Amino acid sequence: MSKDLGWKVGGAQGEGIDSTQEIFALSLFRLGYYVSTYRHFMSLIKGGHTNGKVRVTSDLSGHHGDDLHILLAFDQETINHNFHELVDGAVLVYDSAIKNVEIPQSDKVNIVPVPITEIAKEAGSTIMKNMVAMGVTAAMIGLQPEDFKSVVVDRFGGKGGDIVENNMNAMRKGYDYYKSNFSHSFELPVRPELRPERLFISGNEAVSLGAIAAGCRLLAQYPITPATEVMYQIIKQFPKVGGTVVQAEDEIAAVMMAIGANYTGVRSMTATSGPGISLMMEALGLAGISETPLVIVDVMRAGPSTGLPTKTEQSDALTLMYGSHGEIPRIVLTPRNVEEAFFFTMAAFNLAEKYQTPVFVATDLYMGMNKQTVASIDFDKFVIDRGNMATDEYLATLEKGQFKRFDVEAENGISLRSIPGQKNGRFVAMGNESDEVGVEMEEPELRVKQMDKRAKKLANFDDIAGATYVGAENAELVLVDFGSVAGVQREVYEALAAEGVSVGHLSFARLLPFPTAEIAGYIKNAKKVLVTELNSIGQLRMQLEQFVGEHGKYESYLKYSGDPFLVEEIYAKAKEVADSIKKEVAL
Amino acid sequence: MATLADFRAEKPNWCPGCGDFTVLAALQKAAANVGLEPEDMVTVSGVGCSGKISQYMGSYGFHSLHGRSIPVATAVKLANKELTVIAAGGDGDGYGIGLGHFIHAVRRNIDITYIVMDNHIYGLTTGQTSPTSDKGTKTKTAPGGSTDEPIHPLQMAIMAGAGFVAQGYSGNLKQLTELIEKAIAHKGFSLINVYSPCVTFNKVNTYDFYKEHLIDIDADESYDRTNKFAALSKIEETEELLTGVIYHNTERLPYHEAQHAFPEVPIAKNDLNITREQWEKMAVQFK
Repeated sequence: MSKDLGWKVGGAQGEGIDSTQEIFALSLFRLGYYVSTYRHFMSLIKGGHTNGKVRVTSDLSGHHGDDLHILLAFDQETINHNFHELVDGAVLVYDSAIKNVEIPQSDKVNIVPVPITEIAKEAGSTIMKNMVAMGVTAAMIGLQPEDFKSVVVDRFGGKGGDIVENNMNAMRKGYDYYKSNFSHSFELPVRPELRPERLFISGNEAVSLGAIAAGCRLLAQYPITPATEVMYQIIKQFPKVGGTVVQAEDEIAAVMMAIGANYTGVRSMTATSGPGISLMMEALGLAGISETPLVIVDVMRAGPSTGLPTKTEQSDALTLMYGSHGEIPRIVLTPRNVEEAFFFTMAAFNLAEKYQTPVFVATDLYMGMNKQTVASIDFDKFVIDRGNMATDEYLATLEKGQFKRFDVEAENGISLRSIPGQKNGRFVAMGNESDEVGVEMEEPELRVKQMDKRAKKLANFDDIAGATYVGAENAELVLVDFGSVAGVQREVYEALAAEGVSVGHLSFARLLPFPTAEIAGYIKNAKKVLVTELNSIGQLRMQLEQFVGEHGKYESYLKYSGDPFLVEEIYAKAKEVADSIKKEVAL
Repeated sequence: MATLADFRAEKPNWCPGCGDFTVLAALQKAAANVGLEPEDMVTVSGVGCSGKISQYMGSYGFHSLHGRSIPVATAVKLANKELTVIAAGGDGDGYGIGLGHFIHAVRRNIDITYIVMDNHIYGLTTGQTSPTSDKGTKTKTAPGGSTDEPIHPLQMAIMAGAGFVAQGYSGNLKQLTELIEKAIAHKGFSLINVYSPCVTFNKVNTYDFYKEHLIDIDADESYDRTNKFAALSKIEETEELLTGVIYHNTERLPYHEAQHAFPEVPIAKNDLNITREQWEKMAVQFK
């Protein structure tokens, strides 16, 4: 693991904590560093405690890190909630305007009171507290206020007047204050080469760009935390390519609109979170039986019901895999990082049209709302494949009423699809079971044929690798996860491998079709399998038991507090399992 | 040019005498009369006896979910604004389970024609109270008589901002055909509520009942159908037992014209690929 720096700012919601985090992270990104961020917030607009973590590294990382070196506290609560994260030699900077401040006893942490509010007032306004804090930070990590200037210009340059200069001035004052009064300093990690193709982007933003790059031109969505940013981003970008966003009256309308647009030949999706997913279940079956392409992004949050709207979880897996009455073929993709969030969303549109069936892209709040450095999103890898569309020439050879939209003889069950506007392509998309041209029927034999036709479509699915394995051949311990947990668990794998443990890391990129053949060997060859997931019942583990068997090998490590995993907590559990294998061997 | 025969598809299996036969015939005639081609029209329906109309109409069709024809129809229109889009269903479908979508489509002024076959009863599920059942109606689910205030769709549509609100009757094919033609021509949301008797489960709101009570306001030359208050008074005055164009106002732009930056070219005809330059313009905000 590379040496890295953990930095955090905290205060009351509404105090500009987000923008302080953003300015710090983006500035370090522009200097060439890799950054991973994590935002802790509550389902309130103002008043609750919020904080923003930034981890600065020399290499790509998929986690915001456990360690904290610098904590900037604008209020007492920040100290109460976060002090315990500070490592040996770390610094707590607090605003000396905090009344009757209480600081835990510690020999390890350096305490730095700075009159942040007062300095900001001197510089012109208390609004610039965050700039003073940025100056203090710069002084501690060997940077200059000028290193932050390009971000300040981007942020405030448009507001005219002396705003940029005033902010820079506040930053310089913070810098000078620290330099004249304190000397604790931190070395930044080795600065990587500047690469212009890198992006600093969140999962929600990547999903949005992926959709647009895939040709999505109609987004229908109902606002919901943590998926609303998808709407914001697409609204912002659509004017560049031509598309429309409908703010639906509810999630049922949103998904039905996405279905209607896809039926009409426009690539369309909806994005939501758990409560919306529950409301979309009936429509999911409609897309399945009417063989209408559909893409749904689920930015998972902690359920059930309203649950913890601003906290992360991976508890929708079973709903995505099995939800909706009746049986339909479907694809469930689980990107493991922001780059995959882009490419899997793009792939989802191709797969939805190729297989004429619903496709889920399941991210989570952690990945969705937090930005990180992405190495690159390569334009040359963009592919659009519309699947089995009926051509006008083919339809011209047919008589009226002859087009078999639901042809049971179609190869692999994938029949030709026409869209309104095409002559002789008339059919009725049906929620009822129907015959081959789309007329409802209840003939037992034809019903079975239609069910089998639809089921057959995904029988030989091999479009996207279902999982990635890294590690020893025949590893004794295999660490398993899906989605964003892969980022943190990879660090655990690396630590164990460095200690010489026979370990492998198997991370799932899709849950349906379940990639049994791809992964069964790793499970069968292992002595123990640790399945790490953010839910309370072990939803992925249940799938392994069902599809692979090998009961008795599995251990679960589960977290459902709403917070993402720490490296150290998974490490402790994995170490325990690794030791138990050693013991068994010794016996 | 397409003929009436081109708009015929499956033979309906509604009960003999069902009002919905007339609605289907009127829709087919109207489509042929205004010069549509079957491929340029989409009929989206919900679930119920009336929901089967999308299978019988010779246009492209979508037989969707109970109560959800409107969001599908909305997206079809926005996806390809050159299509003529009909949403159709019953009173249970549109004013019960789907009421929210109805009002919101009116608010948005989506350029679709919404035809509600209103029989005051749930027919396909063999006779339960519907949102438009009159107070006191006795059904299997309200054996003591319904005590709920019925939904007033015409007033609701007008108050929510609809520019074209009409009512038809299955006993008058000619008028209903004309109403559909006018609704298709109206740029914006159009509601046609059709009294379409259920001959099997509703023994109160029958052909005879309507024949006796309906007033045709299309015949009234003094009636000002562009005046919202006149329309609302007329509906109250006649206790909703009227047919014809009740309210017509062309001031509001349809959604796809009013919406900021709505694409000029029908979205369905757009090239899906983005250029390298467009990509770079999008990506720059993340650097």
